[in-house]
Amino acid sequence: MTVTNETTTPGTTADGTFVAPGQPGSVVEVKPRYENFIGGHWVAPVQGKYMKNISPVTGQVFTEVARSTAEDVDLALDAAHAAKDAWGETSLPERAAVLNAIADAIEANLTMLAVAESWENGKPVRETLAADIPLAVDHFRYFAGATRSLEGRSTEIDKDTVAYHFHEPLGVVGQIIPFNFPLLMAAWKIAPALAAGNCTVVKPASPTPWSILKLAEVIQDIVPPGVINIVTGPGGEIGKALASSPRIAKIGFTGETTTGRLIMQYAAENLIPSTVELGGKSPNIFFADVMDRDDDFLDKAIEGLVLYAFNKGEVCTCPSRALIEASVYDRFMARCLDRIRKITQGNPLDPTTMIGAQNSAQQLEKIAGYVDIGRQEGAEVLIGGARTTLDGELEGGYYYEPTVLKGHNGMRVFQEEIFGPVLAVTTFTDEADAVRIANDSLYGLGAGVWTRNGNLAYRMGRAIKAGRVWTNCYHLYPAGAAFGGHKISGVGRENHQMMLEHYSQTKNLLVSYSTTPLGFF
Amino acid sequence: MDGPRDEPQGAPARVVATPAALEAVAKVVAERGPIMFFQSGGCCDGSLPMCFVDGEFVVGSHDVLMGDIGGCPFYIDARQFELWKHTQLIVDVGAGEPEGFSLAAGEDQHFITRSKVFTPAERSVLEGRAGSP
Repeated sequence: MTVTNETTTPGTTADGTFVAPGQPGSVVEVKPRYENFIGGHWVAPVQGKYMKNISPVTGQVFTEVARSTAEDVDLALDAAHAAKDAWGETSLPERAAVLNAIADAIEANLTMLAVAESWENGKPVRETLAADIPLAVDHFRYFAGATRSLEGRSTEIDKDTVAYHFHEPLGVVGQIIPFNFPLLMAAWKIAPALAAGNCTVVKPASPTPWSILKLAEVIQDIVPPGVINIVTGPGGEIGKALASSPRIAKIGFTGETTTGRLIMQYAAENLIPSTVELGGKSPNIFFADVMDRDDDFLDKAIEGLVLYAFNKGEVCTCPSRALIEASVYDRFMARCLDRIRKITQGNPLDPTTMIGAQNSAQQLEKIAGYVDIGRQEGAEVLIGGARTTLDGELEGGYYYEPTVLKGHNGMRVFQEEIFGPVLAVTTFTDEADAVRIANDSLYGLGAGVWTRNGNLAYRMGRAIKAGRVWTNCYHLYPAGAAFGGHKISGVGRENHQMMLEHYSQTKNLLVSYSTTPLGFF
Repeated sequence: MDGPRDEPQGAPARVVATPAALEAVAKVVAERGPIMFFQSGGCCDGSLPMCFVDGEFVVGSHDVLMGDIGGCPFYIDARQFELWKHTQLIVDVGAGEPEGFSLAAGEDQHFITRSKVFTPAERSVLEGRAGSP
């Protein structure tokens, strides 16, 4: 019998695994080298330097991108400033049409971008196919719609005096993207900026500069030149040059707290606004009644705990602290550990793989360091706790076992964002204890509450100091649900039409229709 | 800014550096002039020590000077210090470019923070309880 390829997905091998980008038969073309995307063109870095780009899947270099300097940031700012007046005056129907066309182009290239994103970041392709890329598509459509529905307001001060309020674009903004969702986080930032009539200069994260350049290839003929510009390179060089530039009107950033402070410091020097999203240590709280019945809801709650392994834990809102009511801890945790044992780890390009590679050797090292601190602090390793070594070409990749540490909330593994597949679990005695532990954190980005009791869920949701409380769900990121931090998790919101305000200036026209002088002079 | 911390006599250093880190610090100082460190937290590359040209990062009134490595000051946010103070920070060097806005620890190298939980005896000294009943 001959096996034919007729039933396999294009770009996959017989077992359904996607062919690695750049290899014969892959859906993703890889060039040996990528330049910056400036003014609608591919522009070589002024100093002619490039940096290697590694896939965490194998730990091997697969292409190189521009190692830009401040001069390249200036070129991008030149292009953005040249484009800003025309784009800012583009009619709303035309602006929305461009955003919708971007969405359509991403959708038409969904598989290609999903495979590229998996190769770039190490995340499983089943996640990029089902979440990252479709959500990016929807995000552009959401803001295409939002920009059409945005209305200014007018106030009749008195019979002859009217205050009109218009939204005007800021002009040129700077946006710095994290490595954990290189394309989706870029969509979260770019879509509202464009929808509000701004041009943007984007700096991708240093470890993940390539997939967004693949996105630029897809949309380069759709977006007017200079509206989106992408400059790659080291954060200390070009991130600083962009964030401290007096030629940007706003800076948006997702990353860690120290750079967040630096961003706000630079913004203060230039007297411009900033939006910073700086991570969290999100509690995921399970009340005893989840175990009342063995039904779909219990199944969903168990999955809700195991979602700490989504995107290998490299999520700002990773539910990395599980708080479980003591009376059901043993029974509930046993069920969860059973589920965690069933997580399959392997080649991210295999659509059956559930957990892929950490983004970089640095991240892998950091995770191992935290598990070590946890052990020193006396945490009990319930499962995992070691690096995973895979065979063949995956041997050099950055894989870590799904891990659960049992301990108490004072341990550093309960207080710091590990950014890996490491869950810290502890128990609570009652509702007040759950609130106390949940809020005993410097961070307040996300939280999860699981109970069959709606009143309890509501009280918990209001008592937890976090920007988003998922109630009987977790890790849903629909456009239209505001996302952002309380406490040191950041300042500002994303993912909601309110961002159009954050990316606009308010212009007030105060108009008198009276012909009578004031009478002062 | 609090500090330099007035630690009890004989207290272990709160932050130390490996020989590789000290060598890297000396090299960066030779190239860039005086530098400073700030222990980060949070998303992405949080948990790494960020290295800046001295004065680049404005130290706030609520930051803690934990000590110095190779003569360069090492700071942390006071709230974070409260949660980390039972551990000694050991600055080392790892492979790969730094993330965030940090300076590199030499070509294709970055600074990292390892940690060691202080022993009960060390904690007694640090908390000024040594010798008390």
